[in-house]
Amino acid sequence: MKTVNQGIEKIDAMSLLTGKAVYTDDLALENCLVVKVLRSPHAFAKIKDIDLTDAMKIEGMECILTYRDVPNKRFTMAGQSYPEPSPYDRLILDRMVRYVGDPMAIAAGTSEKAVDKALKLIHVSYDLLDPVLDPDKALDHKSIIHPEADYHVNGDIGNEVKRNLCASGEFSAGDVENEFSRCCVIVDRVYHTKANNQAMMETHRSFSYPDHAGRLVICSSTQIPFHVRRIAATALDIPKSRIRVIKPKVGGGFGAKQTLVSELFPALVTMKTGKPAKMVFDRSETFTASTSRHEMKIRVRIGADKAGHILAIQMDTLSNTGAYGEHGPTTVGLSGHKAMSLYNRAKAVQFTYKVVYTNTMSAGAYRGYGATQGTFALESAVNELSDLLSMDPLQLRLKNILKSGDTVAAYYGETINSCPLPACIQKGREMIGWDRKFPFRKISPTRIRAVGAAIAMQGSGIPDIDRASARVEVQEGGFYTLMIGAADMGTGCDTILAQMAAESLGCDMDKIVVSSVDTDASPYDTGSYASSTTYVTGMAVVKACEELKRKIEAKGIYPALSASATHSSPVSPPPFMAGFSEIEMDLETGETKVVEFVGVVDCGTPINPSLARVQTEGGIVQGIGMALYEDISYNPKGKMTRDSFMQYKIPSRLDVGRVRVEFESSYEPTGPFGAKSIGEVVINTPSPAIAHAIHNAAGIYLRKLPMTAETIFMTLKEQKTAWPSVLKN
Amino acid sequence: MQITCRINNREFIREIEPDLLLIDFVRSLGFKSVKRGCDTSNCGLCTVWVDEKPVLSCSVLAARVNHRIVTTLEGLEEEAKAVGRFLAKEGAEQCGFCSPGLIMNILAMKKEFKTPTTDDIKQYLAGNLCRCSGYESQLRAIEKYFDLEGKNQ
Ligand code: FES
Ligand code: FES
Repeated sequence: MKTVNQGIEKIDAMSLLTGKAVYTDDLALENCLVVKVLRSPHAFAKIKDIDLTDAMKIEGMECILTYRDVPNKRFTMAGQSYPEPSPYDRLILDRMVRYVGDPMAIAAGTSEKAVDKALKLIHVSYDLLDPVLDPDKALDHKSIIHPEADYHVNGDIGNEVKRNLCASGEFSAGDVENEFSRCCVIVDRVYHTKANNQAMMETHRSFSYPDHAGRLVICSSTQIPFHVRRIAATALDIPKSRIRVIKPKVGGGFGAKQTLVSELFPALVTMKTGKPAKMVFDRSETFTASTSRHEMKIRVRIGADKAGHILAIQMDTLSNTGAYGEHGPTTVGLSGHKAMSLYNRAKAVQFTYKVVYTNTMSAGAYRGYGATQGTFALESAVNELSDLLSMDPLQLRLKNILKSGDTVAAYYGETINSCPLPACIQKGREMIGWDRKFPFRKISPTRIRAVGAAIAMQGSGIPDIDRASARVEVQEGGFYTLMIGAADMGTGCDTILAQMAAESLGCDMDKIVVSSVDTDASPYDTGSYASSTTYVTGMAVVKACEELKRKIEAKGIYPALSASATHSSPVSPPPFMAGFSEIEMDLETGETKVVEFVGVVDCGTPINPSLARVQTEGGIVQGIGMALYEDISYNPKGKMTRDSFMQYKIPSRLDVGRVRVEFESSYEPTGPFGAKSIGEVVINTPSPAIAHAIHNAAGIYLRKLPMTAETIFMTLKEQKTAWPSVLKN
Repeated sequence: MQITCRINNREFIREIEPDLLLIDFVRSLGFKSVKRGCDTSNCGLCTVWVDEKPVLSCSVLAARVNHRIVTTLEGLEEEAKAVGRFLAKEGAEQCGFCSPGLIMNILAMKKEFKTPTTDDIKQYLAGNLCRCSGYESQLRAIEKYFDLEGKNQ
């Protein structure tokens, strides 16, 4: 292949690298009103009154909007296809505020100074309510977080809102209790993952203006331009045809921008004033008033016979969706299905879940989308099981994992076409030097090195729901324009989709021009999330190019000749990964560093191996942050305690050792050129692989993230294990 | 107050508010390469040079550059391309939002080190955060860039 499977440079590389003005705030009109939001200082309260008299006296103030000024139509900000599984539990501004950070007023003025001054002069009086802060106590709490009569769900999601239950459900295959009774070892533990912030470098931002026909134009740093159009239309109560959404270059998303965050505030101001308006979140606002990963507590029961055949797996997840249900009913499903499916030799599996509301910031989408949490739980339990069985953890996996050709009940009954997981495990084992290093090596009287492993899978798009279209057109001079609606958020999808087009049409890359998304001009696409772009949009591109080729063969080539195609896949073939960590632990302080992480990935055919490698390296390092220090937590009043990079530490280049990545490529017959997805699977293995290494170093199982030096030290002290592995030496 | 300064070899005389930050000053003049990633001087995205030395423009008042020389990535187009080619080869610019600050510091490092070690590179650039790349591809690119530059000198 000439362009596919080549490490071609990104088509936008040089403009990004020379700092051209290509991001949302670089393009904003100079005369935009500055928009800011007054946020609730209370975790749960009802607004008695908002007095704007003093604030509006400030010179330069254009308007201040409150709950009295917004349409009374509930909606969800989750960027999902209609009808969204997330409940309609929001208004743009509500009289009830449900977490510290919930918006109470939107202020717009001609300068930032004026707006800041005005925000301080808005007087709000409240009826304080008793907040629900602990997810374990949320169910049937005497405070009901969503008592409103117009709360709405689109389908059966197991919702009982009066009990603070956002969603619940169950799934089973086989008779678990019967299988457990035949097991000779059973691990039964609870694993706890915390909320994390996506922490993309470009914070949330958008601007809006009326166009020549009086329509509303929203320009936003988003992963979901078409969902923004639909959701904004609902929230603002205007027809979808009155809105146009433009997506410039995006400075990272990781799921954070799969939810509307900033868009509606300037949009409402533009609607009310007829003037351009812009809102840029600062970092603290991005931490405290956007969406995070769902905190989950997952009970895993897993049992095996003496020979190490896993007979039964049971998982029960409690997920904390925070004050609003964005992505709540869907992320939780992945915590069971995308973990248990790995062990398809098990005779029986059962998965039950509850998603509860609390008065904390709403959770949302973050790379991995629940699978990350489930993988930490199940893979940790499998490592504990190998310990009880005294069996090599890799051996235990090779005995029990799914294979190509398997039909997997836990994976929605899909048949797996391509699964080179055994080869991934084998290659990773050699790369990390498992046989030499497992379980640990002492390198000084107080320092120890140990290794750990985990495997993972994800999906490639949402079957039958994700829908993508592409249009190719011949232009004068013999080049092609490729129109897509998928949103490149830094992942390089504009480039890889152009690679597919060039390959299909048999031309050079420089003959393909890709436009960024404008809902007035681009063909419909559900958006860039759920690892869908390469697999789903890619297939739409291939189909459109094949069609255009047929036309060229029949009629010859001439400008304006074009072809379009739409694609939606009935299946979601999983990419796979095996991850191996080597850590160094200081036994006196508990300080633990990842000295090396090896990831071996199957994403089918990597369309662009350089970009796939960087996606993997980046995902692994985010995963290391999640494992060791990233932690959203709240004080007893419900205020988030870490709202800057000073307190919420993400890995710097000094914090991670070597990250080495290899591919063990399979060929997925339903994907474009044999490709599957890559974006999300890569974040799933670090937490369990590092927890495993910590166990191998110090004899302790940490079942709660993050595994900070302090927790390691305190756990060692409490358990008085006196570092059994070291003593054995 | 009024300030006079040279930015990317052009003289600017401007009336400014005394509390205006350098980052907002240069962006308002159209130097949009300068990015903001935090409110706490932690991310390095806003790096520019004042009198050839890297500074965090989010933490310097514009008033401080009165009669001084400011350089942003727009003023180093050729040098940026030279580094950029190595980064692009590795696919190291994902979203690219951190790139301008990173390249400003790589170019500053080049003035101090002929052939930095891996450790030198990691230390020097420790303040430049990137959430997309995991840093490995950046390191590969920077090592190759210095390798070549070293040989050329
Ligand atoms: S903006 Fe983050 S250090 Fe300046
Ligand atoms: S490339 Fe996105 S933050 Fe560095």
